[in-house]
Amino acid sequence: MLNYFHSLLFTMGKVTLGVASSVGRGALFVASLVPALPYAFTRIDLLVKQVYFSGVLSLPIILTAGLFVGMVLSLQGYNVLVDYNSEEAVGTMTALSLLRELGPVVTALLFAGRAGSALTAEIGLMRSTEQTSALEMMAVDPLKFIFVPRLVGAIIALPMLSMMFIGMGIFGGYLVAVGWLGVDDGAFWSQMHAHVDWKDDVVNGMIKSVAFAVLVSIIALFQGQDAIPTSEGVSRATTRTVVHASLGVLGLDFVLTALMFN
Amino acid sequence: MTTETVIRIENLRFQRGDRVIFDDVTLDIPEGKITAIMGPSGTGKTTLLKLIAGQLVPDSGSVTVYDKNVHKLSRSQLYVLRSRMGMLFQSGALLTDLNVFENVAFPIREHTDLPEDLIELIVKLKLQAVGLRGALELMPSELSGGMSRRVALARAIALDPDMVFYDEPFVGQDPITMGILVSLIKKLNQSLKLTSVVVSHDVKEVLSIADFACVISEGRIVAQGTPEELLASDSEYVKQFLRGLPDGPVPFHYPATDYIEDLSC
Repeated sequence: MLNYFHSLLFTMGKVTLGVASSVGRGALFVASLVPALPYAFTRIDLLVKQVYFSGVLSLPIILTAGLFVGMVLSLQGYNVLVDYNSEEAVGTMTALSLLRELGPVVTALLFAGRAGSALTAEIGLMRSTEQTSALEMMAVDPLKFIFVPRLVGAIIALPMLSMMFIGMGIFGGYLVAVGWLGVDDGAFWSQMHAHVDWKDDVVNGMIKSVAFAVLVSIIALFQGQDAIPTSEGVSRATTRTVVHASLGVLGLDFVLTALMFN
Repeated sequence: MTTETVIRIENLRFQRGDRVIFDDVTLDIPEGKITAIMGPSGTGKTTLLKLIAGQLVPDSGSVTVYDKNVHKLSRSQLYVLRSRMGMLFQSGALLTDLNVFENVAFPIREHTDLPEDLIELIVKLKLQAVGLRGALELMPSELSGGMSRRVALARAIALDPDMVFYDEPFVGQDPITMGILVSLIKKLNQSLKLTSVVVSHDVKEVLSIADFACVISEGRIVAQGTPEELLASDSEYVKQFLRGLPDGPVPFHYPATDYIEDLSC
């Protein structure tokens, strides 16, 4: 029994120390990253490349997901609203759901899965193949050359992806509501126009998106930097990126929603 | 420091966790020569290169390069010093998203504002020196291990450094590639007047080109001198290492309980 408690205490202590040490390393990583941020704009070539990799290459998955999410929202919304003879409000419901929550959140989750995991794997492999050491030996700071362009690239790309997701979602909602279920075309758009507020809905949604971009890319970059430079280490780090970033996005979304809409 | 000593390592101590990698290591590396640092796998030869280049920080002692204490320099000062160094990594460490030409051009683009036609000229000169001018369009994934190291060598000398560090350049190479690398290191050292530090456990190859060599074991330098002096050494350990004997001061068996006792259970 005593042995059991001893082992339990030992495990708890080890896990706690592991988490504290990881958080500490993460904080130091962020502290070293922040002063280097302005360098992103001195190397526009690197920045454009990263916006392409994390943004443009994520477009197919984002647009497809946006279309289906919008279609499902519209279908579900119609089934509820039709009972109250308010089916014209389905456009408003779809737009508000997408702008305030689903657009930024689902885009960030998909971004974590596609671009975040790729960032971690890329940096982890660069470390395991000594490419980051080689950069240092060539007097090129990996922080400025690798990390900062990827972080700023994600901050630029994710809000734009989010907007495209929302646009595609509204289009999907329109197809289902107007094209399939027979909701009046004019009512669909006019209701949406009347109830969507620029600052409360659009701007707040974009603020969320920027916050998610910072969170997801910092987690992805840190996990790549912190990965044990072996195949197994990089694989574990990639998994951690997706798990931590997804949970982080959902948690942060609650906090931001409480601050913005409560 | 004598005028000929370019790298001076004094009383260096470095440990990872509880494991002492270097304990009171003192070594002078002469300018313009090829210095070989030898020792069995896991003795910390690569770690020593990283300590010299300031990628790792020692627990005590100092590393002085061109009269500058490497570990007391600011990041920007360290980068200025590193621009005088080139390093050939064991894996080559080429940037995998760039082709051969772009890999060699990379340090030139990062540190100079030379026009594109001049960069192209320099890159072709460097690739010609390692015999790979015809491979400039290839991606790193299309190169053999030996070719990768030669491209990495061209990249290491792209900015005409004063010193080049070679980390296990001969590991896993076929005899022809090994011969090419051995002659390249010698040729480059002479033609570019480099200070070369070669970390290796390929005794025959490295001693054939080294002007000065030292043997590291268990965190200490156990022998140093010219290759001839090392080959004539009376030390049992040096004899075992240089001749590749399976048993000696370094035992064949990993420490274990009594063999007969172990089998009798």
